Amino acid sequence: METKSIMIVGVGGQGSLLASRLLGNVLLAQGYDVKVSEVHGMSQRGGSVVTYVKYGDKVYSPVIEKGEADAVISFELLEAARCLPYLKKGGHLITSTQQIDPMPVITGAAEYPENLVEKLKEAGADIVAVDALSLAEQAGTAKASNVVLMGVLASRLDFPEELWQNALEQCVPPKFLELNKKAFELGKSAE
Amino acid sequence: MKKLMLGNEAFARGLFEAGCRVVSSYPGTPSTEITEEVAKYDEVYAEWAPNEKVAMETALGASIAGARSFCGMKHVGLNVAADPLYTASYTGVNAGMVIAVADDQGMHSSQNEQDSRHHAIASKVPMLEPSDSTECKEFVKLAYELSEQFDAPFIVRMSTRVAHSQSIVELEERQELELKEYVKTPQKYVMMPAFAKGRHVFVEERTKKLIEYAETSPLNRVEISEKAEFGVITNGAAYQYTKEALGDKASVLKLGMVNPLPEKLIKDFAAKYEKIYIIEELDGIIEEHCRNIGVTNIQGKEIFGYIGEIQQSVIAEKLLGEKKEFTVLEENIPVRPPVMCAGCPHRGLFYSLKKLGVTVSGDIGCYTLGAAAPLNAIDTTICMGASVSGLHGFNKARGAESEHKSVAVIGDSTFMHSGITGLVNIAYNNSNSTVIILDNSITGMTGHQQNPTTGKNLKGDPAAAVNLEELCRAVGIKRVRVVDPYHLAECEAAIKEELAADEASVIISRRPCALLKYVKHNAALRVEAEKCVGCKMCMKLGCPAISMRGGKAVIDHTQCVGCGICQEQCKIGAIK
Repeated sequence: METKSIMIVGVGGQGSLLASRLLGNVLLAQGYDVKVSEVHGMSQRGGSVVTYVKYGDKVYSPVIEKGEADAVISFELLEAARCLPYLKKGGHLITSTQQIDPMPVITGAAEYPENLVEKLKEAGADIVAVDALSLAEQAGTAKASNVVLMGVLASRLDFPEELWQNALEQCVPPKFLELNKKAFELGKSAE
Repeated sequence: MKKLMLGNEAFARGLFEAGCRVVSSYPGTPSTEITEEVAKYDEVYAEWAPNEKVAMETALGASIAGARSFCGMKHVGLNVAADPLYTASYTGVNAGMVIAVADDQGMHSSQNEQDSRHHAIASKVPMLEPSDSTECKEFVKLAYELSEQFDAPFIVRMSTRVAHSQSIVELEERQELELKEYVKTPQKYVMMPAFAKGRHVFVEERTKKLIEYAETSPLNRVEISEKAEFGVITNGAAYQYTKEALGDKASVLKLGMVNPLPEKLIKDFAAKYEKIYIIEELDGIIEEHCRNIGVTNIQGKEIFGYIGEIQQSVIAEKLLGEKKEFTVLEENIPVRPPVMCAGCPHRGLFYSLKKLGVTVSGDIGCYTLGAAAPLNAIDTTICMGASVSGLHGFNKARGAESEHKSVAVIGDSTFMHSGITGLVNIAYNNSNSTVIILDNSITGMTGHQQNPTTGKNLKGDPAAAVNLEELCRAVGIKRVRVVDPYHLAECEAAIKEELAADEASVIISRRPCALLKYVKHNAALRVEAEKCVGCKMCMKLGCPAISMRGGKAVIDHTQCVGCGICQEQCKIGAIK
């Protein structure tokens, strides 16, 4: 099988590491060769955070470059727009509608672009926009929007439900497991 | 059992399986998780040292004592540890010793982009370089065998991509080793001139043997493709980009041992093709070596340059003429640089410094973000500890004019790493300098590591805690005071007073990092829209939780931790 590439993007602190680890564990259990590339340190502090997940028979580079992603999962709308160039032709864009102002917007040096979902559609992106933050709060905490979006992704990938549940159990501390399972379900049934 | 592991985690697993017993490191992205992960194994003693020099000396001491040992650091940390490194090359080891150095191609989290292979070459210490997690574990285990076989410490060079990418690793059992016998051997371990001369001869002989080993080592691998029209010599992460971009269109010589480099192996490979490309990140070390041994049908740096990570798209474009198509949104998308978190205790302090228009000698840590808009509060950032000694020099150059309007800012961990010697210099050589220790009770930027001031060790057990006030007084600073950076007025007053004073002083700005699990957050604050006049005074703090919507400030309740400095800042009381 040719290598597939999924990018998970968001703002530092939104939980992209957990999301990529969940996905990585599911892919490993499915028997694929898997590589997951993360960002740590300085760039994690409220900046744009990009995680790459690649799988197939044999994966070499852990990096995804422009025009290479089969799917981009974004926790924040502006980051979805920023990562549009990474999608390959016919790739899928799944994004939360949450908006977090970056510092240039906070200081007034720039403006947060309006109607990004429509603009992304006009640019030809196959886009699914979900209010992941509200769904996460419905599950019990705003912090679980990462898992909500993994639920949305799961509904579009044909992997056994059991693998996702096992991955959740492996990656989430027992104290938060039920809450995250609920967030995952809400994501799966969202549209 | 197969597991997805970060390169750093696999490295740690390799240490465990190889029977490593003593680990001493200083955190630094992208090397930190090696030591955090190996600390989880009860069989391994692991600690955070105050700096990399101490860590390396500890590891060498353990090796001489007969235990397999390890120290880990980032590329700039190896500069700090260079002193013991160059002489450890001479002493060699008793039990095996492995050093991890993690380079940061692309400078994701560093102040420079140095290529650590230069240190290996200059110190004549052999260096291996894995290109994925599986190799991290395998290379570490082999490095211990080779360290004992060749009587040399071995460096394993990591890079951001290899350290922070997960790939599949097969777990194996730990090899339990007895302590090796320690025999007093001054001619090997006492490096005074008479003995060191003998060891230098040994080092040169060892390098010759290592080159012979490199010619046939499984670390260096030739992958011939029948379809190939050219060859590539590559190493580390660049190997993965090469294979991704070129597939079977090139034959590859992958060098897993990057110091010393083989000669015959390279010559034989280069003779197979008319054209050889050298694909290596940062400096052209393999390329220069090729030219030195008379291999000239090569091209490398003139195509790929010396800066940042090498992109697979660039390899595909330059060598195959292939380009990927993609769509760009016709829209101005504002950048999103890293920022101080909501509730960060550094924010109040930097706001006060900015307000007072003070020249700020900065240092390495989360607080380096005080240099970014809108605070723009930092004038210089060089390396660990340079804030304190740099301020002393600045003040010696400009005298009283700058002494009353310049400060140094340094974190608690960075101060213990190498700030204290600068403070000794301020006291000893009498400059009227004001040093601010930003004590957030943790090593923050690298992801919350304990340090000698926190009262806990790497394993989370209680430990002796350095009392910063007493330490500063002990080196001769008489004016030492503590402020709470959540209280803007108190901060501002303290800075003014200490700058006005006619002797050196230390202000300890103390408040634990807001991200620490034990820190209790207040309820999120909110703006009363009917009261807010849109003056944007709260926006001057650069808090990521505050933004303007329709001319009024709003606070993002998912981010706000209720630190209250925006409340202090709001003169009309619109924030509750």
